[in-house]
Amino acid sequence: MSDNPVFDQIRQETSDNDIVLFMKGSPSFPQCGFSAMAVEILNRLGADFKGIDVLSDPAIRNGIKEFSDWPTIPQLYVKGEFVGGCDIMREMYQSGELESFLKEKGVVEAA
Amino acid sequence: MAMDPVEIERLIKEALPDAVVEIRDLAGDGDHYAANVVSKAFEGKNRVQQHQIVYKALKGRMGGELHALALQTSTPA
Repeated sequence: MSDNPVFDQIRQETSDNDIVLFMKGSPSFPQCGFSAMAVEILNRLGADFKGIDVLSDPAIRNGIKEFSDWPTIPQLYVKGEFVGGCDIMREMYQSGELESFLKEKGVVEAA
Repeated sequence: MAMDPVEIERLIKEALPDAVVEIRDLAGDGDHYAANVVSKAFEGKNRVQQHQIVYKALKGRMGGELHALALQTSTPA
C-alpha cells in the first residue's frame, strides 16, 4: 500500500491544496466530458481548485484509482478527503449539498 | 468496448441479491449507461462507500470495458 511512491505525491497534493480535482486534461481544456462537468460545477460554485491532469502522468492515473479505491476519473478531494466522482459531484451540486459542504469546509466564501 | 446491460445487472445482483437495478443505455452505443441501484446493503454507508460496493460488484470492469456508468444508489424506502 504505502510502498507506492505515487501515494506520497497524492497525499502531498491533497494536503497542500484545499480542493484538488484529478481529471483528464486541464481545467481550461478538459479532455473528457465527465471531467468537463466536474470543472463546470466547481467553477459555478466559485471554487478555487487545482486540476491535476492524469493523462500526462500514467503513474498518477493508476495510482489515484488505487489510492481512493475508485475506478474512474474525475475524482474530487477537499481538504485531503475524497468526496467522490462526477456522479456524486452532480448529485451533491443539484441538491445544494456540495455548496454547503464547501462552505462548511471554508474553501469557498459564503455568499 | 461494449458491455451488455444484462451482464451489468447480473453482476450487481450477484453481489447484492436484494438489489433493485434499473439500467438505461444513454447513448444507444452499448457503452454509456446509467444505473439506479436500490439495496439494503447501502444502509449506514455514505455515497462514496455505496458506489464502491457497486464498483466492486462489477469486478474491475468499471473504468475498463465499461467506460461510463452514471451511478445512483439508494436504500429501499
